[in-house]
Amino acid sequence: MAKMTLEELRKLRAGEKQALSNRDISGKEVQIIIGMGTCGIAAGAKDTMDSFVNTINANGLQNVTIRQTGCMGLCYAEPTVEIKMAGMADTIYGNVNAAVAKEIVENHIMHKRLVDKHVFDKPAADITQ
Amino acid sequence: MHFAVCDYILDMVQNSLEAGADRIEMVLSERYNGLTLNLKDNGCGMTEEELKRARDPFYTDGIKHASRRVGLGIPFLIQLAETAQGRFEISSTKGVGTEISAFFNTTHIDTPPLGNLVTLFYQAMTFDGSYELIIGRNFPSGGKESYELVRSQLIEILGDLNRAGSMGLLRDFIASQEAN
Repeated sequence: MAKMTLEELRKLRAGEKQALSNRDISGKEVQIIIGMGTCGIAAGAKDTMDSFVNTINANGLQNVTIRQTGCMGLCYAEPTVEIKMAGMADTIYGNVNAAVAKEIVENHIMHKRLVDKHVFDKPAADITQ
Repeated sequence: MHFAVCDYILDMVQNSLEAGADRIEMVLSERYNGLTLNLKDNGCGMTEEELKRARDPFYTDGIKHASRRVGLGIPFLIQLAETAQGRFEISSTKGVGTEISAFFNTTHIDTPPLGNLVTLFYQAMTFDGSYELIIGRNFPSGGKESYELVRSQLIEILGDLNRAGSMGLLRDFIASQEAN
């Protein structure tokens, strides 16, 4: 792979923008929030995040944002991930490794099907209060 | 204990952001026997007493997780430096910022693998907030080409870095810098 210049990056972004403007993506925003505290990182959250980026882009999904947050207080269930999107209740998943991240994109985000075995309700009580 | 050297570093970047830093400078230099890290932020900093206590695996200021005893991840770095002939130094001034300097000795059998630096860099760039992050990557002469990443410059080109599409482009860009 040749070293990409900033100008080449700018062109790639312009091409992506053009492709985006041809699609109707209003009201379809999806937000993925990944716990990146010491506990999340130790449990492999970096690979989890990488897997989300890969799967979303491989499926050409638009209007997905990925955010990182600190510890959500569910250290025993890291990596933890929260998904917010229209038509689905906000859901926190636990023990999300790279393979589970792929499942979440392909089921929860693309087909509105929960990935049952990994569902956690919401942040621990002493964190939300 | 983290799995890879990259994980230790991402942990420290996250600390800087939680400390309210809006400017972080990171330099990672390759050496024949390992990797040196210099990380400097303009976060809230620590007093001498707080800095001493930061070496306790279960010490934080107690504000974010008031009813829990969690730590800052710093003791992991100290432990690694002690067990694998590395080096770790931290200095801090309350109200000014914190500076970390570390050496990861890759010739020592107890040093974990470096991990994926490309992943580390794009993830360090994509936390929430309007912070500036400058990453310098240095190689010995005759090796790969040194490069620098400036977050504000990348945002100017890519827009919102949290969009998965931008993140993919950002990762490709960093990977191409790292490969050459």
